[in-house]
Amino acid sequence: MPRVKVARKSTFIDMTAMCDVAFLLLTFFILTAKPKVDDPTKAEVPFSSKEKLVPEDNLAIITVGNINGKSTIFYSVTGSDVRAEALKAMGAKYNVPFTADEIKKFSLLEVFGVPMNQLKQYLDLRPDERKGFPQAGIPADTTASNELGNWIYLSRQAQRGLHDKDLDIAIKGDKHQEYPIINEIIGILGKQKKFKFDLITDLRAAPKK
Amino acid sequence: MAELDTSGGGKHKGGKIRSKKASTRVDLTAMVDLAFLLITFFMLTTTLSKKKAMDLAMPDNSVKTSQLPVAATRSMTILLGSHNKLEWYMGEAGKSAPTVDNYGKNGLRKALIDNGKQVAATHAAPDNFMIVLIKPSDKSTYENLVNTLDEMNITGVQSYAIVKILPVEVGDLQKNNIY
Repeated sequence: MPRVKVARKSTFIDMTAMCDVAFLLLTFFILTAKPKVDDPTKAEVPFSSKEKLVPEDNLAIITVGNINGKSTIFYSVTGSDVRAEALKAMGAKYNVPFTADEIKKFSLLEVFGVPMNQLKQYLDLRPDERKGFPQAGIPADTTASNELGNWIYLSRQAQRGLHDKDLDIAIKGDKHQEYPIINEIIGILGKQKKFKFDLITDLRAAPKK
Repeated sequence: MAELDTSGGGKHKGGKIRSKKASTRVDLTAMVDLAFLLITFFMLTTTLSKKKAMDLAMPDNSVKTSQLPVAATRSMTILLGSHNKLEWYMGEAGKSAPTVDNYGKNGLRKALIDNGKQVAATHAAPDNFMIVLIKPSDKSTYENLVNTLDEMNITGVQSYAIVKILPVEVGDLQKNNIY
């Protein structure tokens, strides 16, 4: 009796389709990618049921978070050209001359929270060393010449000059922050006649009626 | 690489010697591996969920505008205290006893809806909406403020404002142990 021969089948799987799909997805993700901004304050935002989207550009975000038990204010503004202009204006106001290299470094900085007298020192660090730098937060008080107020004012001015638009302001606060610091920021914005702004929140499921 | 030799082998006895045809199949395994690795990387580094926000408009306090007198019975004042508690009263401070309440569906939201209905029922038609004054104390948190503003949106309160708290109201919060 002849032995039944089992046909040896190829184990080669056609990868072409899989490869196509993989690269299609890859292209999609590359094109939609927007790098995550590392939030140094790890602020936990409160929930709300409003569904308004925060604009992606033309925006300044004031982050209030808790660092070592102290309320710390961080500031970030979109657009590297706006950042560079704002830094130049701030340098002129506080008599801190920034080099072209420092301005370039600052224009790539997403978020920062150092007072003006430490900013130069902070910018001179390598990006990997910056994590270890204790960021004291941007000083903010009720006087007319406080640093946070000037940052906001000068970035609004820069935005106006470069893009002819008024900068939108958003406040991103940690939910456990006490009210006085939020009130202070609202007051600072009010002094600049900025009465409309956004509070960044997480979406909560809509309440059942 | 990932292919078994299925040619059978050793059959060119006598036949013409043909030059071996190379397979046109390209092994894509490594390429797919690489593509998926990159997909994983981009998926993890992107922010897929966009940030949500609520907008807040503060009154312009630099210009004096003519203010119309409003009936005190139409106003509801909410005092935000500590420990996630609040108290509210209708009308003027000190004239009616405040109610201590909590945030949430059965607390503030119910009070807002009930008071809104009551104001609508007891006042004449065009001016029968309730005016809410939110007074956060220094001991309240940002979350309390956002929650209160959110309740305004949920219950559809037409006019509300954030107002500075009065010392007498702080004293009231202290009396109720929520300051």
